[in-house]
Amino acid sequence: MTDAVLDVRGLRIEATVCPPGEQPRDAVLVHDATFRLGKGRVLGLIGESGAGKSTIGLAAMAYGRGEVRITGGQILLNGRDLRAAGPAALRGVRGRQVTYVAQSAAAAFNPAIRLMDQVIEASLRHGLMGRAEAEARAVALFRTLGLPDPETFGRRYPHQVSGGQLQRAMTAMALCPRPGLVVFDEPTTALDVTTQIDVLAAIKTAIRETGVAALYITHDLAVVAQIADEILVLRHGRMVEHGETSRILHAPREAYTRALVAVRRAGGPGRPPAAPILSVEGVTARYPGLRQDVLSDVSVSVAPGRTLAVVGESGSGKSTLARAITGLLPPAQGRIRFAGRDLSPALAGRSLDDRREIQMIYQMADVAMNPRQTVRTIVGRPLELYFGLRGAARDARVQELLDAIELGEGYGDRYPAELSGGQKQRVCIARALAAKPRLILCDEVTSALDPLVADGILRLLADLQAREGVAYMFVTHDLATVRAIADSIAVMHRGRVVRQGAKEAVLSPPFDDYTDLLLKSVPEMRTGWLEAALATRRMGSAGH
Amino acid sequence: MTAVHPVVRLLAQRIALGLVLLWAASVLIFVGTEILPGDVAQSILGQAATPQALANLRADMGLDRPPLERYLSWLGGAVRGDLGTALSNGQDIARAMGQRLSNTLFLAFWAAVVAVPLAILLGLVAVRYRGRWPDRLISGVTLATISIPEFLLGYIVIFFLAVEFRLFPSVATIHSGMSLADRLNVIVLPALVLVLTVLGHMMRMTRAAILNVMQSAYIETAELKGLPPFAVIARHAFPNAIAPVVNVVMINLAYLVVGVVVVEVVFVFPGMGQYLVDHVSKRDVPVVQACGLVFATVYIGLNLLADVIAILANPRLRHPK
Repeated sequence: MTDAVLDVRGLRIEATVCPPGEQPRDAVLVHDATFRLGKGRVLGLIGESGAGKSTIGLAAMAYGRGEVRITGGQILLNGRDLRAAGPAALRGVRGRQVTYVAQSAAAAFNPAIRLMDQVIEASLRHGLMGRAEAEARAVALFRTLGLPDPETFGRRYPHQVSGGQLQRAMTAMALCPRPGLVVFDEPTTALDVTTQIDVLAAIKTAIRETGVAALYITHDLAVVAQIADEILVLRHGRMVEHGETSRILHAPREAYTRALVAVRRAGGPGRPPAAPILSVEGVTARYPGLRQDVLSDVSVSVAPGRTLAVVGESGSGKSTLARAITGLLPPAQGRIRFAGRDLSPALAGRSLDDRREIQMIYQMADVAMNPRQTVRTIVGRPLELYFGLRGAARDARVQELLDAIELGEGYGDRYPAELSGGQKQRVCIARALAAKPRLILCDEVTSALDPLVADGILRLLADLQAREGVAYMFVTHDLATVRAIADSIAVMHRGRVVRQGAKEAVLSPPFDDYTDLLLKSVPEMRTGWLEAALATRRMGSAGH
Repeated sequence: MTAVHPVVRLLAQRIALGLVLLWAASVLIFVGTEILPGDVAQSILGQAATPQALANLRADMGLDRPPLERYLSWLGGAVRGDLGTALSNGQDIARAMGQRLSNTLFLAFWAAVVAVPLAILLGLVAVRYRGRWPDRLISGVTLATISIPEFLLGYIVIFFLAVEFRLFPSVATIHSGMSLADRLNVIVLPALVLVLTVLGHMMRMTRAAILNVMQSAYIETAELKGLPPFAVIARHAFPNAIAPVVNVVMINLAYLVVGVVVVEVVFVFPGMGQYLVDHVSKRDVPVVQACGLVFATVYIGLNLLADVIAILANPRLRHPK
């Protein structure tokens, strides 16, 4: 294979890291990565965060973020070693022979410049084409990518279009200079599941039509299965396994790959319903100063020791529902009953016991903890507040709680910055449990975590529920999580509950339109799913 | 729904707020000069004046009317451009001050024409070479010029450029009979001192605001397009740093008008600052009040302009969804 677009040999990448309380030292982010990418081929790079996927992707452009340095090996792009190239030569390669699509297009577009000027900037800067030709090419790419009004789309500013549209515009920006290679860095991760499928299809079409080679970075095997010809599995900066997509999916050789493939499991049947501990009745709520209702006439209930999953896209009102239940956002109408009594709509009107019995865990564990407090202080605070525990009694209880979340001794003295993402979320769970609540509201608690870590958190929550009998209301957009943990499900769309009931009933046909769309949009780990899903969607819309 | 463009609404709000502030400033100025002990009649007639003579002079000058009435007639006059007459020499304040104000604005204008573009350019260069010698040189020199008091800076430039090398006059006397070239020649040294005084502040703010923007993801996007570093800074970072830069530029422009007393004294420049100082010492309350009002107007006006530019520079406000 001499016509490789990208040929990486023995790549080694290091960075200077400063762990809290230690001397700065050099850490190796990528060890000895070797792979080739032929013309027009798509290679999926997959692994957890910290596996080195994005670092390798940027290294294909000889670029290191911050303190990241490429310290060994070769990066041959069209046969030329980028490591030997000087800064001016690298500028001639970037944006011309290799381009980049970032995870968050919303952050990666300059808010002060119109989209068209940004999309054609690299083509003009490198003298690849004139303005008229570049704009014509951009419009053609907008059309290929299914953007609305391709002729005038480029006149808008980034904030005037949606997240899914921006991600497509970024793909157009990457393809405009006719590069030989595009690096896609988690381009659909930040999108809703129903948007992701369209963007994925648009990217796939554009790759096929332009014949460009691509590095496709993602942590989602089901996504990469739709788009990649071959898959490279990474862990802790080392290559685990590399092979054709279907071989990796159906016959993984390494234990780690097998674990990744198996993580999307079905989950058991839902348990029978019981008299609810929490019932939300006809709640309507809006944010101050906004005219639109965020919640309209929402009614849901949670049984003691059971789990209600509230699913929906961003903006569907699911997190707002959790805020209304905690009293942070008092509803305009409706009532919230808990353990047989009416709860005051506003937090200020609730007793200490009301507050104790409903706890909350957030998506971003990082920002939900005071970075200047130790784990012991963080977990001990509710013990002091609700139970008046002090000194040794408090510390003993903190230790029990840390044992319960499977963090051993010594973690009490650490600061949040000294914990991994999964450990931080465990500490947040311990803090919620410390109050001995009867209901915990979990707001996207696994969304920011890698699949295997998220799986561990879900198992922990299930164990704790079995032991403590606490009920969960689990707010999520991830249907795989819902299948794994829910007893009952409420599907939310634009502030309303469009479908609810026991898990089996909600996930079985006949479906309403929205639930159908939602379920069909969840990527499945088999090649060809994307085309099949789009085909049934088209048939469905033709039938209307 | 009659949709008013949000920019129009915001601008209307800012202008209304500016007027309210100006009114509040007029109250403060009036009350402030009112509570000072003694008055003009006292200072004209001296300590030995008889109570009867004081009362007569006060009645002549209208100082015996109740304060609210005097405030309203003063404010009403000021709105129509009538700032009253100076008690010390009986001149019309608006006319006397007009010449002084236009001198001050002339000096401020030329100082700003040099200082603002230079400060922004130096800020961009400092970011481009951040941590390297051009950045350190620029930061070091501007820090020094900020730290040296203006009068000392004034004497230093007089010593070198007027006395040693005899390039420019050390006394900035300016009058209406002079040609533009003569006037420019005369104000070179005070303008230079003003430039050195405000340059550092504006340059450092430009540098800090752009460095802050340089952390954004879209800067990485621009770098990965293969753009040269200066194009990344000037085209992608600077437009997003305009709001903080404009704010500090306007504060410095206001300083060029309002805060130049020391420099005017050093160069014997017939501007607003000297005018104010002269009349404070004569306890000429109407002139002090008028100067205060003009300074407040300049200050509030320039800050209002900063807000307007910041609003217009924000594409989210200019082009709503």
